[in-house]
Amino acid sequence: MAADHLDGYIDAVSKALALPVEEAWRPAVRANLEVSLRLARLVDEFPLPDETEPASVYTA
Amino acid sequence: MTINTDGLSAQQIAQAVTDGKLSALDATEAALARIAKHDSVLNSFTDVTADRARAKARAVDAAIAAGQKVGPLAGVPFAVKNLFDVKGLSTRAGSKINRDLAPSPRDATLIERMEAQGAVLVGALNMGEYAYDFTGENVHDGPSRNPHDTTRMTGGSSGGSGSAVGGGLVPIALGSDTNGSIRVPSSFCGIFGLKPTYGRLSRARSFPFVASFDHLGPFARNVGDLARAYDAMQGPDADDAACTTRPVEPITPLLVEGIDGLRVAVAGGYFQRNVFPEAVEAVARVAKALNATKTVEIPEAARARAAAYVITTTEGASLHLDRLRKRPNDFDPAVRDRLIAGAMVPAPLVDRAQKFRRWYRAKVLELFRSVDVIIAPATPCIAPKLGQVNFVLDGVELPVRANIGIHTQPISFIGLPVVAVPIPLVPMPIGVQIIAAPWREDIALRVAHALERAGVATAPLPRGL
Repeated sequence: MAADHLDGYIDAVSKALALPVEEAWRPAVRANLEVSLRLARLVDEFPLPDETEPASVYTA
Repeated sequence: MTINTDGLSAQQIAQAVTDGKLSALDATEAALARIAKHDSVLNSFTDVTADRARAKARAVDAAIAAGQKVGPLAGVPFAVKNLFDVKGLSTRAGSKINRDLAPSPRDATLIERMEAQGAVLVGALNMGEYAYDFTGENVHDGPSRNPHDTTRMTGGSSGGSGSAVGGGLVPIALGSDTNGSIRVPSSFCGIFGLKPTYGRLSRARSFPFVASFDHLGPFARNVGDLARAYDAMQGPDADDAACTTRPVEPITPLLVEGIDGLRVAVAGGYFQRNVFPEAVEAVARVAKALNATKTVEIPEAARARAAAYVITTTEGASLHLDRLRKRPNDFDPAVRDRLIAGAMVPAPLVDRAQKFRRWYRAKVLELFRSVDVIIAPATPCIAPKLGQVNFVLDGVELPVRANIGIHTQPISFIGLPVVAVPIPLVPMPIGVQIIAAPWREDIALRVAHALERAGVATAPLPRGL
Protein backbone atom coordinates (compact mmCIF):
# COMPACT_ATOMS: atom_id res chain seq x y z
CA MET A 1 0.00 0.00 0.00
CA ALA A 2 1.51 3.33 -1.05
CA ALA A 3 2.19 5.81 1.74
CA ASP A 4 -0.02 8.48 0.16
CA HIS A 5 -2.99 6.14 0.38
CA LEU A 6 -2.51 5.54 4.07
CA ASP A 7 -4.49 8.50 5.35
CA GLY A 8 -7.71 7.20 3.87
CA TYR A 9 -6.90 3.71 5.13
CA ILE A 10 -6.19 5.03 8.63
CA ASP A 11 -9.54 6.85 8.63
CA ALA A 12 -11.40 3.73 7.51
CA VAL A 13 -9.78 1.36 10.01
CA SER A 14 -10.11 3.93 12.77
CA LYS A 15 -13.88 3.97 12.13
CA ALA A 16 -14.18 0.21 11.71
CA LEU A 17 -12.38 -0.48 15.00
CA ALA A 18 -13.82 2.53 16.86
CA LEU A 19 -10.22 3.49 17.51
CA PRO A 20 -9.60 7.22 17.96
CA VAL A 21 -6.81 8.84 15.95
CA GLU A 22 -6.52 12.53 16.74
CA GLU A 23 -5.05 14.73 14.03
CA ALA A 24 -2.01 15.46 16.20
CA TRP A 25 -1.20 11.76 16.38
CA ARG A 26 -1.72 11.04 12.71
CA PRO A 27 1.83 11.71 11.45
CA ALA A 28 3.31 9.33 14.02
CA VAL A 29 0.64 6.70 13.45
CA ARG A 30 1.21 6.93 9.70
CA ALA A 31 4.98 6.74 10.11
CA ASN A 32 4.67 3.67 12.31
CA LEU A 33 2.22 2.05 9.92
CA GLU A 34 4.59 2.69 7.03
CA VAL A 35 7.35 0.88 8.92
CA SER A 36 5.04 -2.02 9.85
CA LEU A 37 3.82 -2.43 6.28
CA ARG A 38 7.32 -2.16 4.85
CA LEU A 39 8.51 -4.93 7.15
CA ALA A 40 5.35 -6.97 6.55
CA ARG A 41 6.02 -6.68 2.82
CA LEU A 42 9.46 -8.17 3.37
CA VAL A 43 7.77 -11.22 4.86
CA ASP A 44 4.92 -11.23 2.37
CA GLU A 45 7.23 -11.43 -0.65
CA PHE A 46 8.98 -14.53 0.70
CA PRO A 47 7.52 -17.58 -1.05
CA LEU A 48 6.23 -20.28 1.28
CA PRO A 49 4.62 -23.64 0.45
CA ASP A 50 0.82 -23.64 0.74
CA GLU A 51 1.06 -26.34 3.37
CA THR A 52 3.09 -24.22 5.79
CA GLU A 53 1.46 -24.18 9.21
CA PRO A 54 1.52 -20.96 11.22
CA ALA A 55 3.67 -21.16 14.33
CA SER A 56 0.95 -20.03 16.72
CA VAL A 57 0.83 -22.18 19.82
CA TYR A 58 -2.26 -24.31 20.31
CA THR A 59 -2.72 -27.80 21.64
CA ALA A 60 -6.14 -29.41 21.65
CA MET B 1 29.84 -9.49 63.67
CA THR B 2 27.79 -8.54 60.66
CA ILE B 3 29.16 -9.43 57.23
CA ASN B 4 29.23 -6.63 54.67
CA THR B 5 27.09 -7.99 51.85
CA ASP B 6 27.84 -5.21 49.35
CA GLY B 7 29.02 -6.89 46.18
CA LEU B 8 28.50 -10.42 47.48
CA SER B 9 26.99 -12.95 45.13
CA ALA B 10 23.69 -14.67 45.85
CA GLN B 11 25.60 -17.86 46.45
CA GLN B 12 27.87 -16.20 49.03
CA ILE B 13 24.91 -14.63 50.82
CA ALA B 14 22.95 -17.89 50.88
CA GLN B 15 25.97 -19.82 52.14
CA ALA B 16 26.59 -17.30 54.93
CA VAL B 17 22.91 -17.34 55.91
CA THR B 18 22.71 -21.13 55.84
CA ASP B 19 25.91 -21.41 57.90
CA GLY B 20 24.54 -19.00 60.51
CA LYS B 21 27.24 -16.41 59.81
CA LEU B 22 24.74 -13.86 58.49
CA SER B 23 21.06 -13.48 59.20
CA ALA B 24 18.60 -13.18 56.35
CA LEU B 25 17.31 -10.07 58.08
CA ASP B 26 20.75 -8.43 58.00
CA ALA B 27 21.15 -9.34 54.33
CA THR B 28 17.75 -7.81 53.66
CA GLU B 29 18.48 -4.66 55.65
CA ALA B 30 21.71 -4.24 53.73
CA ALA B 31 19.88 -4.45 50.42
CA LEU B 32 17.28 -1.95 51.61
CA ALA B 33 20.10 0.37 52.69
CA ARG B 34 21.78 0.10 49.28
CA ILE B 35 18.50 0.91 47.58
CA ALA B 36 17.97 3.92 49.88
CA LYS B 37 21.50 5.14 49.20
CA HIS B 38 21.75 4.71 45.45
CA ASP B 39 18.31 4.47 43.91
CA SER B 40 17.57 8.18 43.97
CA VAL B 41 20.11 8.29 41.14
CA LEU B 42 19.61 4.90 39.46
CA ASN B 43 15.79 5.09 39.59
CA SER B 44 15.59 1.33 39.22
CA PHE B 45 12.87 0.68 41.82
CA THR B 46 9.25 1.79 41.58
CA ASP B 47 8.20 -0.06 44.75
CA VAL B 48 10.27 -1.12 47.74
CA THR B 49 8.49 -3.84 49.69
CA ALA B 50 10.43 -3.37 52.91
CA ASP B 51 7.84 -4.68 55.37
CA ARG B 52 7.20 -7.79 53.36
CA ALA B 53 10.91 -8.36 52.89
CA ARG B 54 11.64 -8.10 56.60
CA ALA B 55 8.81 -10.52 57.39
CA LYS B 56 10.12 -13.03 54.86
CA ALA B 57 13.69 -12.65 56.10
CA ARG B 58 12.58 -13.26 59.70
CA ALA B 59 10.76 -16.39 58.54
CA VAL B 60 13.95 -17.67 56.87
CA ASP B 61 15.95 -16.96 60.03
CA ALA B 62 13.31 -18.71 62.16
CA ALA B 63 13.40 -21.75 59.88
CA ILE B 64 17.18 -21.98 60.23
CA ALA B 65 16.95 -21.55 63.99
CA ALA B 66 14.43 -24.38 64.09
CA GLY B 67 16.79 -26.62 62.17
CA GLN B 68 14.60 -26.72 59.11
CA LYS B 69 16.01 -27.05 55.62
CA VAL B 70 16.16 -23.77 53.72
CA GLY B 71 16.69 -23.44 50.00
CA PRO B 72 19.80 -22.54 48.01
CA LEU B 73 18.67 -18.91 47.86
CA ALA B 74 18.24 -18.48 51.62
CA GLY B 75 18.22 -14.79 52.50
CA VAL B 76 19.08 -13.65 48.97
CA PRO B 77 17.43 -10.30 48.16
CA PHE B 78 15.87 -10.05 44.72
CA ALA B 79 13.54 -7.74 42.84
CA VAL B 80 11.21 -8.07 39.85
CA LYS B 81 10.26 -5.97 36.85
CA ASN B 82 6.97 -4.32 37.70
CA LEU B 83 4.98 -6.43 35.26
CA PHE B 84 5.19 -9.35 37.74
CA ASP B 85 2.21 -9.60 40.06
CA VAL B 86 3.29 -8.81 43.60
CA LYS B 87 0.62 -9.52 46.20
CA GLY B 88 -0.79 -6.22 47.41
CA LEU B 89 0.54 -4.09 44.54
CA SER B 90 -1.17 -3.05 41.33
CA THR B 91 0.79 -4.53 38.43
CA ARG B 92 1.63 -1.33 36.61
CA ALA B 93 3.75 -2.80 33.78
CA GLY B 94 5.41 0.57 33.36
CA SER B 95 2.11 2.28 32.63
CA LYS B 96 -0.02 4.99 34.16
CA ILE B 97 -3.24 3.18 33.28
CA ASN B 98 -2.53 -0.05 35.18
CA ARG B 99 -2.03 1.83 38.44
CA ASP B 100 -5.83 1.84 38.63
CA LEU B 101 -5.92 -1.96 38.72
CA ALA B 102 -6.85 -3.65 41.97
CA PRO B 103 -3.90 -4.85 44.05
CA SER B 104 -2.78 -8.32 43.01
CA PRO B 105 -4.20 -11.06 45.23
CA ARG B 106 -1.25 -13.39 44.67
CA ASP B 107 2.40 -13.30 43.60
CA ALA B 108 3.54 -14.38 40.14
CA THR B 109 4.55 -18.03 39.95
CA LEU B 110 8.24 -17.17 39.58
CA ILE B 111 8.22 -15.03 42.74
CA GLU B 112 6.59 -17.88 44.63
CA ARG B 113 9.26 -20.27 43.38
CA MET B 114 12.14 -17.93 44.25
CA GLU B 115 10.76 -17.41 47.74
CA ALA B 116 10.16 -21.14 48.17
CA GLN B 117 13.95 -21.49 47.88
CA GLY B 118 14.52 -18.83 50.54
CA ALA B 119 14.93 -15.69 48.42
CA VAL B 120 13.52 -12.41 49.74
CA LEU B 121 11.59 -10.05 47.45
CA VAL B 122 12.58 -6.44 48.16
CA GLY B 123 10.66 -4.61 45.47
CA ALA B 124 9.41 -4.00 41.95
CA LEU B 125 11.46 -2.43 39.19
CA ASN B 126 11.11 0.30 36.61
CA MET B 127 10.47 -0.66 32.98
CA GLY B 128 9.46 0.74 29.62
CA GLU B 129 5.71 1.21 29.25
CA TYR B 130 3.96 -2.10 28.65
CA ALA B 131 7.36 -3.57 27.70
CA TYR B 132 7.18 -2.00 24.23
CA ASP B 133 10.63 -0.49 24.61
CA PHE B 134 14.37 -1.05 24.18
CA THR B 135 15.63 2.05 26.05
CA GLY B 136 14.63 1.75 29.72
CA GLU B 137 13.11 5.22 29.53
CA ASN B 138 9.64 5.76 31.01
CA VAL B 139 7.58 8.94 30.72
CA HIS B 140 5.65 8.23 33.92
CA ASP B 141 8.41 7.07 36.28
CA GLY B 142 11.45 8.63 34.66
CA PRO B 143 14.28 6.65 33.09
CA SER B 144 16.17 3.94 34.89
CA ARG B 145 19.83 4.96 34.76
CA ASN B 146 22.89 3.01 33.72
CA PRO B 147 25.07 2.27 36.76
CA HIS B 148 28.26 2.59 34.69
CA ASP B 149 27.30 6.09 33.47
CA THR B 150 24.09 7.60 34.76
CA THR B 151 23.76 9.83 31.70
CA ARG B 152 23.24 6.71 29.60
CA MET B 153 20.34 4.34 28.97
CA THR B 154 19.98 1.05 30.81
CA GLY B 155 18.33 -0.51 27.80
CA GLY B 156 14.88 -1.93 28.02
CA SER B 157 12.36 -2.80 28.58
CA SER B 158 13.67 -4.46 31.78
CA GLY B 159 15.67 -1.31 32.52
CA GLY B 160 15.23 -1.31 36.28
CA SER B 161 16.33 -4.94 36.41
CA GLY B 162 19.54 -4.08 34.57
CA SER B 163 20.22 -1.06 36.73
CA ALA B 164 19.46 -2.76 40.07
CA VAL B 165 21.72 -5.74 39.38
CA GLY B 166 24.39 -3.80 37.50
CA GLY B 167 24.49 -1.29 40.34
CA GLY B 168 24.77 -4.02 42.97
CA LEU B 169 21.54 -3.14 44.77
CA VAL B 170 20.39 -6.77 44.55
CA PRO B 171 22.31 -9.82 43.31
CA ILE B 172 19.37 -11.18 41.30
CA ALA B 173 16.47 -9.58 39.44
CA LEU B 174 13.79 -10.98 37.19
CA GLY B 175 12.65 -9.47 33.93
CA SER B 176 10.85 -10.28 30.71
CA ASP B 177 12.11 -10.61 27.16
CA THR B 178 9.77 -10.44 24.18
CA ASN B 179 12.21 -9.16 21.57
CA GLY B 180 15.33 -8.55 23.64
CA SER B 181 14.23 -6.98 26.91
CA ILE B 182 16.50 -9.15 29.08
CA ARG B 183 19.44 -9.27 26.68
CA VAL B 184 19.53 -5.55 25.85
CA PRO B 185 19.70 -4.28 29.48
CA SER B 186 22.21 -7.03 30.24
CA SER B 187 24.38 -5.71 27.43
CA PHE B 188 24.11 -2.04 28.32
CA CYS B 189 24.45 -2.55 32.10
CA GLY B 190 27.25 -5.11 31.87
CA ILE B 191 25.60 -8.10 33.56
CA PHE B 192 24.56 -11.67 32.78
CA GLY B 193 21.01 -12.34 31.64
CA LEU B 194 19.21 -15.54 30.70
CA LYS B 195 16.36 -15.66 28.24
CA PRO B 196 15.34 -19.30 28.46
CA THR B 197 13.64 -21.36 25.77
CA TYR B 198 10.12 -20.12 24.99
CA GLY B 199 7.80 -21.97 27.36
CA ARG B 200 10.51 -23.00 29.83
CA LEU B 201 9.59 -20.66 32.71
CA SER B 202 6.03 -19.92 33.72
CA ARG B 203 4.63 -16.50 32.91
CA ALA B 204 1.62 -16.98 35.16
CA ARG B 205 0.50 -13.80 36.88
CA SER B 206 2.75 -11.50 34.89
CA PHE B 207 1.35 -8.77 32.65
CA PRO B 208 1.66 -9.93 29.02
CA PHE B 209 2.80 -8.11 25.91
CA VAL B 210 3.09 -10.50 22.94
CA ALA B 211 1.90 -13.98 23.85
CA SER B 212 3.81 -15.55 20.93
CA PHE B 213 7.16 -14.25 22.18
CA ASP B 214 6.91 -13.41 25.89
CA HIS B 215 9.60 -15.01 28.07
CA LEU B 216 10.59 -14.40 31.69
CA GLY B 217 14.09 -14.87 33.06
CA PRO B 218 16.78 -13.83 35.54
CA PHE B 219 19.65 -11.31 35.65
CA ALA B 220 22.74 -11.70 37.85
CA ARG B 221 26.37 -10.61 38.12
CA ASN B 222 27.75 -14.13 37.76
CA VAL B 223 26.73 -17.33 36.02
CA GLY B 224 26.38 -19.38 39.19
CA ASP B 225 23.73 -17.01 40.52
CA LEU B 226 21.98 -16.97 37.16
CA ALA B 227 21.83 -20.77 37.13
CA ARG B 228 20.60 -20.97 40.74
CA ALA B 229 17.77 -18.55 40.06
CA TYR B 230 16.87 -20.40 36.87
CA ASP B 231 16.87 -23.76 38.65
CA ALA B 232 14.65 -22.38 41.40
CA MET B 233 12.06 -21.22 38.86
CA GLN B 234 11.79 -24.23 36.54
CA GLY B 235 8.82 -26.56 36.42
CA PRO B 236 5.44 -27.02 34.76
CA ASP B 237 2.63 -24.61 35.55
CA ALA B 238 -0.94 -25.13 34.38
CA ASP B 239 -1.55 -21.41 34.84
CA ASP B 240 0.56 -20.61 31.75
CA ALA B 241 -0.79 -22.21 28.56
CA ALA B 242 2.65 -22.08 26.92
CA CYS B 243 4.62 -23.49 29.85
CA THR B 244 6.33 -26.78 29.11
CA THR B 245 5.51 -30.00 30.90
CA ARG B 246 9.15 -31.07 30.73
CA PRO B 247 10.57 -32.04 34.08
CA VAL B 248 12.92 -29.73 35.95
CA GLU B 249 16.43 -29.99 34.52
CA PRO B 250 18.81 -28.48 37.11
CA ILE B 251 21.75 -26.72 35.51
CA THR B 252 23.84 -25.60 38.46
CA PRO B 253 25.57 -28.98 38.96
CA LEU B 254 26.44 -29.07 35.24
CA LEU B 255 28.30 -25.75 35.05
CA VAL B 256 31.60 -27.35 35.98
CA GLU B 257 31.39 -29.79 33.08
CA GLY B 258 33.15 -27.28 30.86
CA ILE B 259 32.83 -26.92 27.13
CA ASP B 260 35.11 -29.61 25.73
CA GLY B 261 33.59 -31.03 22.57
CA LEU B 262 31.08 -28.26 22.05
CA ARG B 263 30.98 -26.91 18.51
CA VAL B 264 30.88 -23.11 18.56
CA ALA B 265 30.29 -20.85 15.56
CA VAL B 266 29.98 -17.12 15.02
CA ALA B 267 26.81 -15.78 13.40
CA GLY B 268 27.75 -14.21 10.09
CA GLY B 269 26.02 -12.02 7.53
CA TYR B 270 23.17 -10.08 9.10
CA PHE B 271 24.78 -10.29 12.55
CA GLN B 272 28.01 -8.75 11.31
CA ARG B 273 26.34 -5.79 9.63
CA ASN B 274 25.11 -2.61 11.33
CA VAL B 275 27.39 -3.00 14.33
CA PHE B 276 29.68 -0.54 16.05
CA PRO B 277 33.33 -1.45 16.65
CA GLU B 278 32.62 -2.27 20.31
CA ALA B 279 30.21 -5.03 19.34
CA VAL B 280 32.72 -6.40 16.83
CA GLU B 281 35.45 -6.39 19.49
CA ALA B 282 33.20 -8.11 22.06
CA VAL B 283 32.24 -10.92 19.68
CA ALA B 284 35.88 -11.33 18.64
CA ARG B 285 36.97 -11.73 22.26
CA VAL B 286 34.35 -14.39 22.86
CA ALA B 287 35.15 -16.18 19.60
CA LYS B 288 38.84 -16.24 20.45
CA ALA B 289 38.23 -17.54 23.97
CA LEU B 290 36.02 -20.31 22.63
CA ASN B 291 38.30 -21.05 19.69
CA ALA B 292 35.37 -20.46 17.37
CA THR B 293 36.72 -20.24 13.87
CA LYS B 294 33.61 -21.29 11.99
CA THR B 295 30.96 -18.84 10.80
CA VAL B 296 27.35 -19.83 10.20
CA GLU B 297 24.75 -17.90 8.29
CA ILE B 298 21.39 -17.76 10.03
CA PRO B 299 19.12 -17.75 6.98
CA GLU B 300 16.76 -14.85 6.37
CA ALA B 301 17.53 -13.19 9.68
CA ALA B 302 16.44 -9.76 8.42
CA ARG B 303 13.09 -11.20 7.41
CA ALA B 304 12.83 -12.92 10.79
CA ARG B 305 13.33 -9.60 12.50
CA ALA B 306 10.66 -8.08 10.22
CA ALA B 307 8.20 -10.85 11.04
CA ALA B 308 8.90 -10.46 14.75
CA TYR B 309 8.17 -6.75 14.41
CA VAL B 310 4.85 -7.40 12.66
CA ILE B 311 3.66 -10.00 15.17
CA THR B 312 4.75 -7.80 18.06
CA THR B 313 2.95 -4.69 16.92
CA THR B 314 -0.26 -6.54 16.08
CA GLU B 315 -0.47 -8.77 19.15
CA GLY B 316 0.44 -5.77 21.28
CA ALA B 317 -2.32 -3.76 19.63
CA SER B 318 -4.81 -6.55 20.23
CA LEU B 319 -3.86 -6.66 23.91
CA HIS B 320 -4.34 -2.92 24.37
CA LEU B 321 -7.19 -2.23 21.96
CA ASP B 322 -9.74 -1.32 24.60
CA ARG B 323 -7.29 0.86 26.53
CA LEU B 324 -6.42 2.63 23.26
CA ARG B 325 -10.11 3.40 22.79
CA LYS B 326 -10.84 4.52 26.32
CA ARG B 327 -7.65 6.08 27.64
CA PRO B 328 -5.42 6.99 24.70
CA ASN B 329 -4.10 10.10 26.41
CA ASP B 330 -2.83 8.12 29.38
CA PHE B 331 -0.32 6.16 27.27
CA ASP B 332 3.21 7.26 26.52
CA PRO B 333 2.39 8.91 23.16
CA ALA B 334 5.18 7.02 21.39
CA VAL B 335 3.83 3.68 22.62
CA ARG B 336 0.25 4.64 21.82
CA ASP B 337 1.07 5.63 18.25
CA ARG B 338 2.97 2.38 17.62
CA LEU B 339 0.09 0.33 19.01
CA ILE B 340 -2.57 2.19 16.99
CA ALA B 341 -0.55 1.54 13.85
CA GLY B 342 -0.24 -2.10 14.89
CA ALA B 343 -4.03 -2.39 15.07
CA MET B 344 -4.17 -1.40 11.41
CA VAL B 345 -1.91 -4.10 9.95
CA PRO B 346 -4.05 -6.43 7.80
CA ALA B 347 -4.58 -9.91 9.24
CA PRO B 348 -3.16 -11.87 6.27
CA LEU B 349 0.21 -10.22 6.81
CA VAL B 350 0.25 -11.38 10.42
CA ASP B 351 -0.63 -14.91 9.37
CA ARG B 352 2.19 -14.80 6.82
CA ALA B 353 4.57 -13.77 9.57
CA GLN B 354 3.51 -16.74 11.73
CA LYS B 355 3.94 -19.08 8.76
CA PHE B 356 7.34 -17.63 8.03
CA ARG B 357 8.19 -18.23 11.67
CA ARG B 358 7.53 -21.95 11.17
CA TRP B 359 9.78 -22.03 8.09
CA TYR B 360 12.56 -20.07 9.78
CA ARG B 361 12.47 -22.28 12.89
CA ALA B 362 13.03 -25.39 10.77
CA LYS B 363 15.98 -23.78 8.97
CA VAL B 364 17.67 -22.59 12.15
CA LEU B 365 17.18 -25.97 13.84
CA GLU B 366 19.03 -27.52 10.88
CA LEU B 367 22.03 -25.37 11.79
CA PHE B 368 22.09 -26.93 15.24
CA ARG B 369 22.88 -30.30 13.67
CA SER B 370 26.38 -29.05 12.95
CA VAL B 371 26.92 -26.57 15.81
CA ASP B 372 26.00 -26.50 19.49
CA VAL B 373 26.40 -22.78 20.12
CA ILE B 374 26.09 -19.67 17.99
CA ILE B 375 27.55 -16.39 19.19
CA ALA B 376 26.24 -13.00 18.09
CA PRO B 377 26.17 -9.42 19.33
CA ALA B 378 23.53 -8.65 21.95
CA THR B 379 23.31 -5.03 20.88
CA PRO B 380 24.89 -3.18 17.96
CA CYS B 381 26.27 -0.51 20.28
CA ILE B 382 27.14 0.37 23.88
CA ALA B 383 24.46 2.17 25.90
CA PRO B 384 23.39 5.37 24.11
CA LYS B 385 22.87 8.60 26.00
CA LEU B 386 19.47 9.05 27.65
CA GLY B 387 17.14 10.74 25.20
CA GLN B 388 19.40 10.00 22.24
CA VAL B 389 17.28 9.68 19.10
CA ASN B 390 19.73 8.74 16.35
CA PHE B 391 23.19 7.30 15.91
CA VAL B 392 25.47 7.35 12.90
CA LEU B 393 26.71 4.01 11.65
CA ASP B 394 28.84 3.62 8.53
CA GLY B 395 27.92 7.20 7.65
CA VAL B 396 24.19 6.54 7.84
CA GLU B 397 21.99 8.16 10.48
CA LEU B 398 19.70 5.55 12.05
CA PRO B 399 17.03 5.75 14.76
CA VAL B 400 18.29 4.39 18.08
CA ARG B 401 15.04 2.85 19.34
CA ALA B 402 14.35 0.83 16.22
CA ASN B 403 17.87 -0.53 15.93
CA ILE B 404 18.84 -1.51 19.47
CA GLY B 405 17.13 -4.90 19.15
CA ILE B 406 18.07 -5.88 15.63
CA HIS B 407 20.29 -8.74 16.80
CA THR B 408 18.04 -10.05 19.56
CA GLN B 409 14.75 -10.14 17.64
CA PRO B 410 15.64 -12.91 15.14
CA ILE B 411 16.58 -15.18 18.08
CA SER B 412 13.62 -14.73 20.45
CA PHE B 413 11.38 -14.93 17.36
CA ILE B 414 11.78 -18.71 17.56
CA GLY B 415 12.30 -18.96 21.29
CA LEU B 416 15.93 -20.11 21.40
CA PRO B 417 17.66 -20.02 24.81
CA VAL B 418 20.29 -17.32 25.13
CA VAL B 419 22.69 -16.17 27.82
CA ALA B 420 23.80 -12.58 27.36
CA VAL B 421 27.36 -12.33 28.70
CA PRO B 422 28.97 -9.00 29.61
CA ILE B 423 32.27 -8.06 28.01
CA PRO B 424 33.86 -5.36 30.17
CA LEU B 425 35.07 -2.93 27.54
CA VAL B 426 36.15 0.54 28.68
CA PRO B 427 34.45 2.89 29.28
CA MET B 428 31.21 0.95 28.79
CA PRO B 429 30.48 -2.79 28.76
CA ILE B 430 28.61 -4.55 25.97
CA GLY B 431 27.01 -7.98 25.75
CA VAL B 432 27.33 -11.01 23.51
CA GLN B 433 24.59 -13.57 22.93
CA ILE B 434 25.43 -17.22 23.61
CA ILE B 435 22.68 -18.99 21.67
CA ALA B 436 21.82 -22.69 21.95
CA ALA B 437 19.22 -25.07 20.52
CA PRO B 438 15.78 -25.21 22.18
CA TRP B 439 15.83 -26.64 25.72
CA ARG B 440 19.65 -26.52 25.88
CA GLU B 441 20.00 -23.75 28.44
CA ASP B 442 22.59 -26.05 29.99
CA ILE B 443 24.90 -25.55 27.02
CA ALA B 444 24.49 -21.77 26.91
CA LEU B 445 25.12 -21.51 30.65
CA ARG B 446 28.15 -23.81 30.54
CA VAL B 447 29.69 -21.68 27.80
CA ALA B 448 28.93 -18.51 29.78
CA HIS B 449 30.53 -20.08 32.83
CA ALA B 450 33.65 -20.98 30.84
CA LEU B 451 33.91 -17.40 29.57
CA GLU B 452 33.55 -16.14 33.13
CA ARG B 453 36.25 -18.48 34.40
CA ALA B 454 38.54 -17.32 31.60
CA GLY B 455 38.00 -13.72 32.66
CA VAL B 456 36.50 -12.80 29.29
CA ALA B 457 32.96 -12.18 30.57
CA THR B 458 32.72 -10.40 33.91
CA ALA B 459 30.38 -7.99 35.63
CA PRO B 460 32.45 -5.82 37.93
CA LEU B 461 30.60 -3.29 40.06
CA PRO B 462 30.88 0.25 38.72
CA ARG B 463 33.00 2.68 40.73
CA GLY B 464 31.18 4.24 43.67
CA LEU B 465 28.70 1.37 44.02
